[in-house]
Amino acid sequence: MRPETRAAYGFLSPWLIGFVGLTLGPVLATFVMSFSDYDVLSSTQWVGTENYSDALSDSHAHAALANTLFYTALYVPLSILTALGLALLLHSAGRLKGVFRTVIYLPVVTPPVATGVLFLQLLNGQSGLINSALGAVSLPTPNWTTDPMWIKPGIVIMSLWSVGSVTLILFAALAEVPAHLREAALVDGAGAWRRFYHITLPMISPAIFFSVVVNTIASLQLFSEVYTMYFGKTTTPPPEAALFYVVYLFQQAFEEFEMGYAAALSWLLFLIIMAVTAVQLAVSRRLVHYRGD
Amino acid sequence: MSTDRTNVPAAAPLAASRDTEAASTSPSPHGAGGWARRIAVWLTCGALSVVFVYPLVWLVSASFKPRQDVFNNKLIPDPVELGNYAKVIDQLPFLRWTFNSLVVGLSAATAVTLSSALVAFGFAYFQFKGKNALFALVLGSMMLPSAATLIPTYLIWDRLGFTGTQVPLWAGNLFGSAFYIFLLRQFFRGLPREVFDAARVDGAGFFALFWRIALPMSKPALAITFILEFQASWVDLLKPLVYLNDTNLFTLPRGLKAVLDNFGQGGQREWEVVMAANVLVVLPMFLLFAVAGKYIMQGISVSGSKE
Repeated sequence: MRPETRAAYGFLSPWLIGFVGLTLGPVLATFVMSFSDYDVLSSTQWVGTENYSDALSDSHAHAALANTLFYTALYVPLSILTALGLALLLHSAGRLKGVFRTVIYLPVVTPPVATGVLFLQLLNGQSGLINSALGAVSLPTPNWTTDPMWIKPGIVIMSLWSVGSVTLILFAALAEVPAHLREAALVDGAGAWRRFYHITLPMISPAIFFSVVVNTIASLQLFSEVYTMYFGKTTTPPPEAALFYVVYLFQQAFEEFEMGYAAALSWLLFLIIMAVTAVQLAVSRRLVHYRGD
Repeated sequence: MSTDRTNVPAAAPLAASRDTEAASTSPSPHGAGGWARRIAVWLTCGALSVVFVYPLVWLVSASFKPRQDVFNNKLIPDPVELGNYAKVIDQLPFLRWTFNSLVVGLSAATAVTLSSALVAFGFAYFQFKGKNALFALVLGSMMLPSAATLIPTYLIWDRLGFTGTQVPLWAGNLFGSAFYIFLLRQFFRGLPREVFDAARVDGAGFFALFWRIALPMSKPALAITFILEFQASWVDLLKPLVYLNDTNLFTLPRGLKAVLDNFGQGGQREWEVVMAANVLVVLPMFLLFAVAGKYIMQGISVSGSKE
């Protein structure tokens, strides 16, 4: 081996060790464990595909998956549209840009646990700030934290408050759209909407696609805010409408110590995320415009 | 996510976000109707700013209210109750939790910055067989859901005897992290090759190239990495929930969850205490943002240009 190659692998060694020991190994171990019954204390029992058939007939697992998919389907498009609107606004904010950007970003800096604790109060059906604002303009004031129909929309509202990081990503993409393209279109007499649709949107489509993929993966794994608000030690039982997939996975693994079953749930989530990402990739080939194509 | 797109002249993303500043301070070229439009934009910005900031104002206000006033939604607390904070400091190991968060956050950030920089330099400086495939693996591992590794990782730390300690909260960072490896590699590739070649001629070893040349020339990228990871570590709830049992070892987010469980909905519903604790958890992140917001926002903007 050339000394250069040896040195290169030396530099790479932390990641190589970590990849094998803390990524690839655990992913494979999760798969193997999903065919076992393991509670940490007693020895491992091999149960074949029992964990998977259990998951298929487990109504809590169904609810958790349905809640998570519902939330993701609602939140991801809304977050992209909101972030795009804010990014466009930011782009034309002139001197206010710095302040407005900071304001939008403050919620992102707020720790998720703190956001959860705060929105538990803001969303309160009787005394919450959100309902008093909605009531002031005669809009319906649902019980966001207790009505099973409104719990997930409430969580979506909370998540939209922290839309600042997607906004910044789209804003950075907007800033890279060459001004001469827009000016050329202006000279050709294209209106604002056509300039946006035919020039800006294609130019920033890679950033939009990236945000969709990353946001979807994150939404399917939503945990901290929801666990903070509805789980842990509570005097009332947690509402099933707030049971998210990773919350259920966490409960099975670290509260029930059903490690084998939780491993099967992990592996299923892994497959779901890969499938969703693959679909998004396939769709993106027709919609996303890469410069240089 | 084609990897060849990352071959843009390095550090371009960092430079790009700087251009932003220049581009948008220039006045709008459309004179007529420009003022009406500008006022409309400013009014919208103002209204939306209230939407984003008011929840935080409400929080601070509630934390200074006596219990019966917490939900009156008044902007200014009347009377002002300072006892909520005294209660948090007196009855809870809040300073201890802050200290724990600092220790864990600094360890996590230092570990990930050094290890990711090492790996990034390996990818940026050397030419070797299999490099592109390995780098594609780095990028691919960014997409891996953490749930897929959660349970075996817990069992590894358990076997090593580290469950119940703070070690699992940061030690995984010793092996680098994909996003930071990507970010730092971009930056290293932008450094002039001649500087390294000259040092080689003078007899410098590969590690000296990294330690004495690459690192000192990359302070902005290292700062972004350090600060983003410090922030990520500071706000994490899942790992402290999984690994910590002893209240004295809690980090702030885990501590706040315990406050909610014992004073809020799992306890006597002393929401004024919960809100004071919440302010104390949020405040350090806002201070960090005030000092290093530029780096945080730059790092986020870069993450979108991976494509």
